[in-house]
Amino acid sequence: MARVMDAGDVDRAIRRIAHEILERNRGSDDVVLLGIQTRGVPLAQRLAAALEEIEGEPVAWGSLDIGMYRDDLDRRPKRPLGATDVPVALGGKTVVLVDDVLYTGRTIRAALDALADLGRPNRVQLAALVDRGHRELPIRPDYVGKNVPTSRDERVTVSLVERDGEDGVIIETREPV
Amino acid sequence: MNHFLTIEGLTRDDLGGLLDDADEFVDVLHRPIPKVPALRGKTVATMFFEASTRTKMSFEKAAKALSADTMSFSPGTSSLSKGESLKDTVLTIKAMGTDAMVVRHTATGAPWRIAEWIEQPVLNGGDGAHQHPTQALLDALTIRQHFGTLDGLKIGIVGDIRHSRVARSDIQAFSALGADVTMVAPRTLLPVVPEVFDAAASEDLDDVLSDLDVVYVLRVQAERGGASVFPSLAEYTARYGITKERFARLKPDAIVLHPGPMNRGVEIEGAVADDPRALILDQVFNGVAVRMAVLFRLLGGEHAE
Amino acid sequence: MQSELILAGGTVLTADGPIEADIGISAGHIAEIGVGLDGNETIDCAGAWVGPGLVDLHAHFREPGQEWKEDITTGSRAAAAGGYTAVVVMPNTDPAIDAGHLARFVADRGAEVGLVDVVPAGAVSKGRAGLELAHLDELWAAGVRVFSDDGDVVADAGLLRRAMDYLAARGGVISQHAVDVGLSRGGHMHEGAVSSLLGMYGIPSAADDVIIARDLELVEVTGACYHVQHLSTANGVAMIAAAKSKGLPVTAEVTPHHLAFDHHAAEGTNPVYKMMPPLRSTEDRDALRRGLANGTIDVVGTDHAPHADHEEEVPWEHAPNGVIGLEWAAAVVNTYVDLDQEAFFDRLSVAPARIGQVKDQGLVPAIGGPANLTVFDPKREWTPAASLSKAQNSPYLGLPLRGKPMVTVHRGVVTAVDGAMA
Repeated sequence: MARVMDAGDVDRAIRRIAHEILERNRGSDDVVLLGIQTRGVPLAQRLAAALEEIEGEPVAWGSLDIGMYRDDLDRRPKRPLGATDVPVALGGKTVVLVDDVLYTGRTIRAALDALADLGRPNRVQLAALVDRGHRELPIRPDYVGKNVPTSRDERVTVSLVERDGEDGVIIETREPV
Repeated sequence: MNHFLTIEGLTRDDLGGLLDDADEFVDVLHRPIPKVPALRGKTVATMFFEASTRTKMSFEKAAKALSADTMSFSPGTSSLSKGESLKDTVLTIKAMGTDAMVVRHTATGAPWRIAEWIEQPVLNGGDGAHQHPTQALLDALTIRQHFGTLDGLKIGIVGDIRHSRVARSDIQAFSALGADVTMVAPRTLLPVVPEVFDAAASEDLDDVLSDLDVVYVLRVQAERGGASVFPSLAEYTARYGITKERFARLKPDAIVLHPGPMNRGVEIEGAVADDPRALILDQVFNGVAVRMAVLFRLLGGEHAE
Repeated sequence: MQSELILAGGTVLTADGPIEADIGISAGHIAEIGVGLDGNETIDCAGAWVGPGLVDLHAHFREPGQEWKEDITTGSRAAAAGGYTAVVVMPNTDPAIDAGHLARFVADRGAEVGLVDVVPAGAVSKGRAGLELAHLDELWAAGVRVFSDDGDVVADAGLLRRAMDYLAARGGVISQHAVDVGLSRGGHMHEGAVSSLLGMYGIPSAADDVIIARDLELVEVTGACYHVQHLSTANGVAMIAAAKSKGLPVTAEVTPHHLAFDHHAAEGTNPVYKMMPPLRSTEDRDALRRGLANGTIDVVGTDHAPHADHEEEVPWEHAPNGVIGLEWAAAVVNTYVDLDQEAFFDRLSVAPARIGQVKDQGLVPAIGGPANLTVFDPKREWTPAASLSKAQNSPYLGLPLRGKPMVTVHRGVVTAVDGAMA
C-alpha cells in the first residue's frame, strides 16, 4: 500500500483546481459545480467554498447520482441511490462535473447522460482529484489534482474528512478474486 | 435483492432504504422527460392471473420509465383456459426472453412457487389475501411525504382486513416503521387470530376515529365475500363508512388513504374522497415511483464484480 | 438344523419380551429361535430390534385408475423399503372398490407383485358417493374387513348407522375419514395463527371433532367396531380416551406427518405440507405424540398419498391433499415419540394387524409362525434423499431422522435392505 496524497496534498490540489477553473472560465459567473455521488459531492462543496473565497462571490453547487444511468459494462459494485440535487436551472451555464477518481470514463459518460436529462448547459467540464489512467472511452479531464499511473490490479482509494474522517489517497494491490 | 415477495421480514432500515430510493424516482417522474435509461434492454413481464388493470398499468409505467420493455399476460386471453399449467405458462413466457416477472395471482404463495421455477427476479403484485408489498411501500411513502416520518403515528386500517392482502402488508410495514396500528372491523372481518399482527383491534370506528393521524380505508370486497357479512351495504356504511360526518371528527391534520378502486358512497363518501386531505391520487403517483425503485433494485446496475 | 436365512444377533421381540437371539427362517416360516444358529445366508442384526413385519392400516396405491401417481408395484416397493410386510389399501381408486370383484383384483395384483400383502379395504357407499351402501356382502365374501369411504367422510349419519348395524353383526370395522364437509369447505389449512398470517381460509379443529363426537354416539347405538383415521386434534384424542374408558369398541390412528409437523410447516406454502386433515397447532401435535405413547392412539397409519410432480408444482390452494410416507413412517415415529421395542411393534404392527384382521401379520415371532419380520435399527441416524414411490411428495426429504428399517422379510423372502429393494 502506498500513500500518494496526504491531507496537505489534497488541500493544495483543491485550491489549484479552483484557480484553474477561474482562469479557464474567466471568473465564476455561470459556473455550477456538480459532484458525482458519493465522494465527488464533498469535493464539489469544497471547490465551491474555495472559489467563493478567491472571487468573493458564492458559487452554485449540487450533486448528481448516476446509478440510474450506468451501463452493463460498468464493473462498479451496486450501491444505494444517492441524491440528485441540482440547485439552479442549467440552461446557459458552465457545469463542472467533480469526481474523486477518473478511471475508465464510464462514470463520466453516465453523468453526461444524466446531465442531458436535467437541462442544457452551455458547456461541461470535468474536474477529478485523481486520474489513474486506463480510459475505455474518449473522455478527458479539464482539471486534475494528481496523475497517478496504476495497473489494473491496483485499487485507488480516496478518503475525505466528510465521509471517512481524514483526507488522503492511497493505492493498494487488489486481492485476487 | 433476488425477489420482492413480501413485507414480512423487512426491517425498518430495509423499508427506509426502499422509500429513500423511491424519493429519487419521484424526482425523476417530475422532470420534463420523466425517464431514465437504467433498465434499457431489459424486459419486464407482467403476469396478472387475477384481473387488475390499474396495478398492471402502474407496473408497466414504472418499467417503461426505467426504459425497460414490457410484456403482458392475462388469463382471459390465454391458454391457461386450455389447461396449461401455471409452471408451463411461466416457463414459456420466460423462454421468450424475460428479465423479471411481476406476478399477481388469486392463490396464496403463487409468486414463491414461480420463484422456484425461474432464476429471474419475481416481484409479488398481490397473492391471494396474503401480501401486496409494493402497495405497502407506496402507502408508507405517501404517509412519510406528508408527516416526515411514521414514528409514533396512529394509523387506523378500516374494513375487511380478514380478506385483504393490502391490510396485511400495510400493518407489517407501518409497524416496522414505528407507527401504532389499529385494525378496525367487525369480528368476522378481523383476522381469525388477530394477535398474530402487531396491531390493536377494535370493532368500533367511532371510538378510535378522533385519535387517528391516518385513516386507511379498505374496499368492501364483494368478490371475496366481505359484503355478505352485512345485511346491506347501507349498514356497512353506517358502522364503518368514512362519511363527511366522521371525517369532520378527525384531527385537523389527519389524512385519508384508500388503495382503490373506491366504492364511493359505501366505504368512503364522495366528498371525503375529493377532499385535499384524502391523498388517494398521491398514492397512485407514488405507486409508479415505488415500483420503479423495486424494479431498479432487482434489475438495475447489475453485473457487479 | 440348517435354515435358509438367519437374522443374527438382534434383539428379538418374543412372547416373553425382547431377547438377544438369532432367528432361523425356512420355507416362509420361523424354523428356530436361538443362539449361534447356522444358515445358508446370515444377516447381521446386532444392535437392531427384530419384530413382526410392519402393517399399515391406511395407504393409497392408486391402482386401478390413477396409475400416474402410484401403482401396486411401486407402492409395494415403498412399503417394503419402509419395513412393511402388509398394507391395507384404501378404496378411493377409479373405480372405487365397492364390489367383490374389484377387491379381488387389488388383492391379486398385490400377490402378483409379491413384495407385501396388499389387503383391500372396501367402500362404505357405492362409488363412495355417500348415498347408498356398497355391496358390503360381496366385499365381505372377498375378504374385506375394513370399510371406509376415505378421501371423503361418511357424512349421512343414517347411512353410517346402517353400515354399522350390518358390520356389527359380522365383526368388520368402519374406518372413518373424520372431517366435516361444511366446516372444511373452502379451507386449505388449519384455522389458526398461521392461516391468519397467510390470509388463507382455514379448517377449524371442530371439523374433525364434530364428526368424532357424532360417530361415537352411533357406536354406542350399534356396537360396531369404529376406527378414526388420521387423528389431528387434541380434543379428538381426549374423546377417544373417554370412549375407551366406557368400553366402546373404538380405535384410532395417527399419521407420521401429524407426529412430525404442526401448522408452522405451512408458512412457506410448500404443498408438500398440505394434507387432510391439515397439520394443526403445536399443542395438537404434542397431544398426538402423547396419545400414541400412552396407547390412547392404537396405531400409526401412514395415509401414504402419492401425487405426481405436475400435480404438486402448483400454488398451495391448487394442490391436492396428501403426502407419501411408507418409507419413513417407522423412522419418524421413532424420532418423535418415545416408544420401547414392544410399544413400537405394537403401534406399527401388532395392533394394526388386529384391528384390520390381517392374517399372518402382526404376530410376535414364534417358532412355526409366518416369517413376516422387520429388523429396525433404533439408533441409526439418516436423512431421506429420494423415494422409491412414483411420487416424490414427501415432507421428509432432507429431514434428519433417527431409526431405520434395515431388513424386511416377507413370507421368508428378504424384500428390502437398508431402504432399497433386495
